[in-house]
Amino acid sequence: MNALVSIKSLIRRFDVSKPWLNRVIERSEKQYLTAVGDVSFEIPEKQVYALVGESGSGKSTIGKIAVGLLGPSEGAVEIGGVDLHREKDAQRRSETRAHIQMIFQDPYASLNPRWRVRDIIEEPVSAKGGDHKGLAEKLLEQVGLSARDADKYPHEFSGGQRQRICVARALAAEPRFIVCDEPTSALDVSVQAQVLNLMKDLQERLGLTYLFISHDLTVVRYMADRIGVLYLGRLVEEAGRDALFETPRHPYTKMLLDAAPRIDSFGREVEPPKGEIPDPINPPSGCAYHPRCPYANDRCRVEIPVMKPADGARVACHAVEEGRL
Amino acid sequence: MSDTVLSLRELVVEIPTRRGVLRPVDRVSFDIARGEVLGVVGESGAGKSMTGTAVIGLIDRPGHIAGGEVLLNGERIDNLKPDAMRRIRGKRIGMVFQDPLTSLNPLLKIGDQLVETIRQHLPVTMEEARARAIAALEEVGIPAARSRIDSYPHEFSGGMRQRVVIALALSAEPDLVIADEPTTALDVSVQAQIIALLKRLCRERGTAIMLITHDMGVIAEAADRVAVMYAGRLAEIGPVAEVVARPQHPYTKGLMASTPMAAAPGERLNQIPGAMPRLDAIPPGCAFNPRCPVAEAVCKQGESPRVEECGGRAACWLVARKEDAA
Repeated sequence: MNALVSIKSLIRRFDVSKPWLNRVIERSEKQYLTAVGDVSFEIPEKQVYALVGESGSGKSTIGKIAVGLLGPSEGAVEIGGVDLHREKDAQRRSETRAHIQMIFQDPYASLNPRWRVRDIIEEPVSAKGGDHKGLAEKLLEQVGLSARDADKYPHEFSGGQRQRICVARALAAEPRFIVCDEPTSALDVSVQAQVLNLMKDLQERLGLTYLFISHDLTVVRYMADRIGVLYLGRLVEEAGRDALFETPRHPYTKMLLDAAPRIDSFGREVEPPKGEIPDPINPPSGCAYHPRCPYANDRCRVEIPVMKPADGARVACHAVEEGRL
Repeated sequence: MSDTVLSLRELVVEIPTRRGVLRPVDRVSFDIARGEVLGVVGESGAGKSMTGTAVIGLIDRPGHIAGGEVLLNGERIDNLKPDAMRRIRGKRIGMVFQDPLTSLNPLLKIGDQLVETIRQHLPVTMEEARARAIAALEEVGIPAARSRIDSYPHEFSGGMRQRVVIALALSAEPDLVIADEPTTALDVSVQAQIIALLKRLCRERGTAIMLITHDMGVIAEAADRVAVMYAGRLAEIGPVAEVVARPQHPYTKGLMASTPMAAAPGERLNQIPGAMPRLDAIPPGCAFNPRCPVAEAVCKQGESPRVEECGGRAACWLVARKEDAA
């Protein structure tokens, strides 16, 4: 299979130092937060790759780097073989960029309240001088709204309808690759189902490739072909959807699956997971998960595990590698 | 039943506006017993938070309780004067809100906030109050409570902050705790910790908990009984296992089927067409009828059905008819 998107040893650091004067007076060092640490994965064409993780795991940062809203500190993101941050040829850069779109979490903040829906949807095309006659109407019907809605303003729509408008806008430029950053987290369950169905239909019909970012395992299970689990900026496990849910390998993935509330779990008594996500500015040594991991040993406390292949999946865990788990 | 802590009797909340009177809570009745967790679930705008706010008497003007009764241990509390209500709030009804950062005063050490609450409601000395505060923090699982008591809210993580808020809510040993989306702002692993904590406290102390959330998973995990709300009305109420496994109301059925966990991977999700009506456009008859796949003529007229009238768990004429036939 052809990889449309390949993310290679991606690292992104943020400077979170105090201002210069404070550093001089307090004699403190510069501080960096590593939001993404050495993440590599590939998304084959027409597939949905999901990134899951809790807050601070770096999933949104990866999404922003993938569309080019942020630059990588090290490593590269290649889309169709073009690295947007290093490509010298302006023509190729702009062509590649036209194939990438993004859908954001909050449909209230991502639509300009002063623009009509028609202008919002057509902008990706009209900004490039393309022909956009009747485009908004066509797309609105495609996402399950009415062609007459084109002359309305965003405030006239509910949250679910707004997210449909965001989807329509993302489709306007006929992209191949869409980054969806928590697209349904702000929606109610019944509306979430509508939007997820729509996104899945469109993906199958138009042959789109999604990078789907979510903290919600149930949504991911519904949408994704392949899933990467992030913890504190690093991939800890990557597997196909069924393999991940049926035979999770990494202790963190196991914990995440156990902790997620389930609808059929009434009266379930579980030992709640221990501890919380550590401070990303001073992450634990070795495997970042070791302070919470029941299987951690001395090696886990010192050596950062790397992703190793295991039956079609990849896992970064010493315990799995040593066969202790 | 003498065990009933909170009892709502046909509670109505109204908000007068220029375009007419809105009813965010419309004739809602339910009981919560000692040591019971009642989950109140619904989508945004269903009236679940408004119901909780009505119980603690904190509805913003011009909204007000326009009918029905709220009984706490058999006493009416919906018609109390603000002063009397303030003594009940915190003392007999504890509250836990969604965002732990906004429910704590950022300028005061958490110990001072706990001591203030305890001294407000219980006749204890400063030292006793502080000892109680430390005990409360230990009980909710804050490590090194003795030293952490002198920390400010910003020095805690989100999960720890929510534990502090729970300690605060329980510090005066209330009979009832209203928890409004207590885990929505938290990560999955921390959410599991907070749910386990609420369940344990409820069991050990016999506190009744009204758990308001939009997350069916949380309800299934934590609640004994569940009340499903739609457009300000109670759609269905019953033991959580029955409502989840065998929902009666068409809305509950749709809601259960539309959660991604209900669908097998790769299958399409069941979707309920449309969206919940706005409060100024609630249709006559059953509020769910325009979205309901089985609605009949009887559903589209007259008053909305109520659970008590329908004889089962659900407020639905069709369910009522089936019960009669059976």
